[in-house]
Amino acid sequence: MRRLVLPCLSALVALALARAATAQDTTRTVDGGVRVGIGYNPGVPALVVVPGSGVDSVRAIVQRDLDYSDRFKMVTVADPGHGAGSPAPGGPLNYGLYKALGAEFAVELMDDGGKVTARLHDIGRSVMVNQQSVTLPPTTDANFRLAVHVLADEIARWATGMPGIAATRILFVQNGRIWLMDSDGMVPRSLTPDGQTSLSPAWSPDGRRMAFTKLVQGRGGIFVYTLGTGETIEVPGTETALNITPMFAPDGNHLAYAHSDEKGTDIFVASLVDRGSLRLTVGRFADNLSPTYSPDGRRIAFVSTRAGPPQLYVMGADGTDQELFAPFDFGVTGPSYAPEWSPDGASVVFHREVSGTPQIFVLTVAGQRLRQITSQGRNEDATWAPDGRHLCFVSDRSGARQLWIIDAETGRVRQLPTPGWARLPAWSRRLAGPAVVAPKP
Amino acid sequence: MRATSILSVLAATALLAACGKKPAPEQPAPEPAPAREEAPPPPPPPAANDDAERRAREAAERAKALRDQLGDLIHFDFDKADIRASDQSILDQKAAILAANSAVRLRVAGHCDERGSDEYNLALGNRRAAAAKRYLTGKGVADGRLEVVSYGKERPLDPGHSEDAWAKNRRDEFEVTAGADNLVPPK
Repeated sequence: MRRLVLPCLSALVALALARAATAQDTTRTVDGGVRVGIGYNPGVPALVVVPGSGVDSVRAIVQRDLDYSDRFKMVTVADPGHGAGSPAPGGPLNYGLYKALGAEFAVELMDDGGKVTARLHDIGRSVMVNQQSVTLPPTTDANFRLAVHVLADEIARWATGMPGIAATRILFVQNGRIWLMDSDGMVPRSLTPDGQTSLSPAWSPDGRRMAFTKLVQGRGGIFVYTLGTGETIEVPGTETALNITPMFAPDGNHLAYAHSDEKGTDIFVASLVDRGSLRLTVGRFADNLSPTYSPDGRRIAFVSTRAGPPQLYVMGADGTDQELFAPFDFGVTGPSYAPEWSPDGASVVFHREVSGTPQIFVLTVAGQRLRQITSQGRNEDATWAPDGRHLCFVSDRSGARQLWIIDAETGRVRQLPTPGWARLPAWSRRLAGPAVVAPKP
Repeated sequence: MRATSILSVLAATALLAACGKKPAPEQPAPEPAPAREEAPPPPPPPAANDDAERRAREAAERAKALRDQLGDLIHFDFDKADIRASDQSILDQKAAILAANSAVRLRVAGHCDERGSDEYNLALGNRRAAAAKRYLTGKGVADGRLEVVSYGKERPLDPGHSEDAWAKNRRDEFEVTAGADNLVPPK
């Protein structure tokens, strides 16, 4: 073993600090003194995924998932040959080796007689923290990757106390169709047919359904689509005129949306249970749209033109106590759009034009402080990951409008590999197991 | 009959050519345009006397001019849905034609430039279409003859990113959905 390991050590060390390049959005002060707080936090633990033989695809997905969680400094090591640096199955981990590489955690993944066993080691204490054996679906199964993402999120939870965000999916619009893909941008598949204009996908809280607007000759109904079966129903009350920007209430039984007719655009809530609907705003030729619920279901943030250009307002879920939400200077601050309440309830993300270019902002609900998250290119239509720190949004920073993910705490950004022009992303809550089945293409 | 067949073939060819124009790949797919069911003009009657022929031709030309006027666009300022003073005469002309042709129905479609969010522009386009309808009903056109729809920024006339392109795209389109035949001029 000694002869095998030592020559490899120098190669491992050389690669140890070659963390995947992290692009960062720049920090910026906006609106006269609102401070942008983006800076890479070096206090995160260093983690290595131990090279080994077998389960290569699982290892690659877990490695990437842990990296994308932005909760670890990834110590990357090239696999110098099967088994080098890793113990024989069941054998002890070479803690000294990984300590020398600066790793604080090591993840082992091994084939365990048809199962995959994951182990997390605390290098500093030279102990195994936790382990789990899971039976994965075959790699050809649509849920294979989701099952691996669930395992990666669990490993992140062992190390940090917080699960990762890999076992999630993102809905988005491309070419008039609604698409679904894994959180890492893989295996995109379309849910709605070609030749239609479908917009504004929104997840149900349980991740089993999605609501969207289907435009037909300038009118639009809101539909609820069940993943797996493809069953689609039209939401009562949205059969006439133009109905846009659906958003599920946290109870999953109500859906807020905006109804446009000759009197303007107003927010309604439809019950999916008793099929009733309730009007929440009375615009009188102003527009009220893009409702988003607080996670406790008590409040709704929305966009309104009641004072001129579109800005962010908030009201009770029954339409009472309507008031300005995100502060703005009339005639100075750019228009604001597309709010989405964070899963922890503490903030609301939206986009606002700065010198004519949309940028992502986060509003802290307590104290109503604003933080600008992006400044490079046009950045729009952000949606929260379940960890309340990552955001998926549309950006043209690389040319075409693509989906990007930013870690609002560190500013690290990455592009999702969607072809063509993607827009209107919606990030699911954490999904588990085979409950969410990919539909047939 | 032969003339009719040739015209039909020509019309079909033109339609196919129009359909064959693919949108730029990065644009969202537009909704399929509603098929226009306009019959080709009738063939000239054989051995008609010159007068009748001329009168028929002139009537057809007048009807076409009236249809064109019904379809004339109006435009809007950025993020506004107010009817421009300079566009009022366009709407007045439509109101007069609608008054003289009670079977005509119009679909008014509001459109926007690319600025502002996709979703907000649907609401803004709706407001623009509703503004034209309000103006026309104010001139006496019955409410039920005007349908309000919006395409937001999903269907730009000009795909450019300049002020010029934006100005063209901020518009109401008017589509005759019924009563387009035998239009008579306003009295």
